[in-house]
Amino acid sequence: MAEESCAADGLLAQVAGLKGVLRTLCEKDEPVAVVDRAELLGVMTTLRDDPRFAFEQCMDICGVDWPDRAERFEVAYNLLSVSANRRLRVLVPVPEGEAVPSVWTLWRSATWWERETWDMFGIPFAGQPDMRRILTEYGFEGHPLRKDFPLTGYVEVRYDAERQQVVHEKVHLVQDFRNFDFLSPWEAMTELPGDEKARQGREPAGREGGE
Amino acid sequence: MSETAAKTTRTVEIDGEALNFGPQHPSAHGVLRLVLELDGEVVERADPHVGMLHRGTEKLIEYKNYIQAVPYFDRLDYCSPMSEEHPFVLATEKLLGIEVPERAKWIRTMFGEITRLLNHLLNVTTYALDVGALSPSLWGFEEREKLMEFHEAASGARFHANYFRPGGVAKDLPDGLAERIWAWSETFPKFIDDLETLLTGNRIWKQRTVDIGVISAEEALSWGFSGPPLRASGVPWDLRRSQPYEMYDQCDFQIPVGRNGDCYDRYLVRMAEMRESTKIVRQCLEKMKPGPVKTQDHKFTPPPRAEMKRSMEALIHHFKLYTEGFHVPAGATYTVVETPKGEFGVYLVSDGTNRPYRCKIRPTGFAFLQAIDLLAKRHMLADCTAIIGSLDVVFGEVDR
Repeated sequence: MAEESCAADGLLAQVAGLKGVLRTLCEKDEPVAVVDRAELLGVMTTLRDDPRFAFEQCMDICGVDWPDRAERFEVAYNLLSVSANRRLRVLVPVPEGEAVPSVWTLWRSATWWERETWDMFGIPFAGQPDMRRILTEYGFEGHPLRKDFPLTGYVEVRYDAERQQVVHEKVHLVQDFRNFDFLSPWEAMTELPGDEKARQGREPAGREGGE
Repeated sequence: MSETAAKTTRTVEIDGEALNFGPQHPSAHGVLRLVLELDGEVVERADPHVGMLHRGTEKLIEYKNYIQAVPYFDRLDYCSPMSEEHPFVLATEKLLGIEVPERAKWIRTMFGEITRLLNHLLNVTTYALDVGALSPSLWGFEEREKLMEFHEAASGARFHANYFRPGGVAKDLPDGLAERIWAWSETFPKFIDDLETLLTGNRIWKQRTVDIGVISAEEALSWGFSGPPLRASGVPWDLRRSQPYEMYDQCDFQIPVGRNGDCYDRYLVRMAEMRESTKIVRQCLEKMKPGPVKTQDHKFTPPPRAEMKRSMEALIHHFKLYTEGFHVPAGATYTVVETPKGEFGVYLVSDGTNRPYRCKIRPTGFAFLQAIDLLAKRHMLADCTAIIGSLDVVFGEVDR
């Protein structure tokens, strides 16, 4: 994807020169910078204060869960420069349990976005004084947007007429959860079962001698 | 007084008190729980608790295909349903790399503006209701009903339209709708004039809103503001102008900008925007030409019903589209539109399957609500309702 041309090539070249930027790419004509989380605060401060960048607004912070990757989570910051009329997406890979430096001192809007990311993915933000949950209910356990969190959740809530109070119970599914697999081997799967054997580089046993 | 009574009785001085504003309160515009720390009647600190309406939309979308995900967006900001569908549809089209026919773009632009009017009418009038004026809401809802009839004529539903689809719109405008919208657009500016006579110069209205909830341009930027509240603070920023999508670059309209960043300016910006939106609607009707309203690649949009009766291929396309959906190439995009409330974005990550891998919805009101502490500090308790009303928050969108 790095070969894609980008309207913001000049911006990307400048961003790539900052200390802590691991790589830059252009995705669907949107500039993206992948940043080392140890250097995040420095990069973000430059992006906000340096007149070459002037990203005055942090419009959105969110997490993405990639359970197969070594660094499981990715935090995406969507920055907007009102004065230069351009956007930049900063991606920060982070392993499970590790904290990302908070940017709430740079953009006040970050507090709630970070609280949401913590709530939904369980990614802690170092230096964020208000790390309460935000969207889930009081006393909720787990992080619902993780891929290993079931769609139906673990707990259901109902009003119990006998006890005259709201009760929390383990989820009871009347019908098994159905998840349809639409990855037909004829269209969507680029790799067929058994293809991995071809890449193992092993000589087929028993054939050589015969020929 | 006996000795024991004197020992057990003591005077305690309470400095402040905490008050729960909501979650059920007529002027909380939904289910906002605002924990207010008060000094008498003056707000010292406001701590909004959101999430009461959290339905897990983002998680649900991960388990639906792209077409099935669209109706969830109507249910986010239920005051401006079609505008909410818009960024998701644009993001899907961007990842698919498909082109949309011109007529579909005009229709989307027009309904984007009709939705803006729908939203602003509701906001301005209920905002007036919150601070004590009843008549605007009675007048406004009558006009709103007319606009919802246009919604219904085009999509079949007054609110939850599901009208914008990846590749175009669900179906073409019915016969006569364009004329009805045109006739309405002739009378609507007069209605705005009438509405303004009720509020703009009204002494009580001004007492309740002028210099209330002031936010400066720098603060508004830092708090992630967008839309009318940002423009009311004097930042001339509108995505329709600065990062145009659909047909906005071919429309002639003004961007109203306020100066003081108070509740009154936010109201004025919305009123001025309604006039501009009416102009855009008229331009759309003038420039719209007959033609297809969805892309003709039937891998992404359903084929016409009549064709399915004759063509085997059309039947297969229809079946595949409504069972499996379409596969979207891997990639990610953050696509935004200027909804009536401000910047509403979708960060859509696709992994090449027929379902979104991650669909982050960037709600507009989330950022506004966060700033309530700043806006309401050292204001009277009653000003809180004016501030919430002026920010135009809807909890379907904030809580998702």
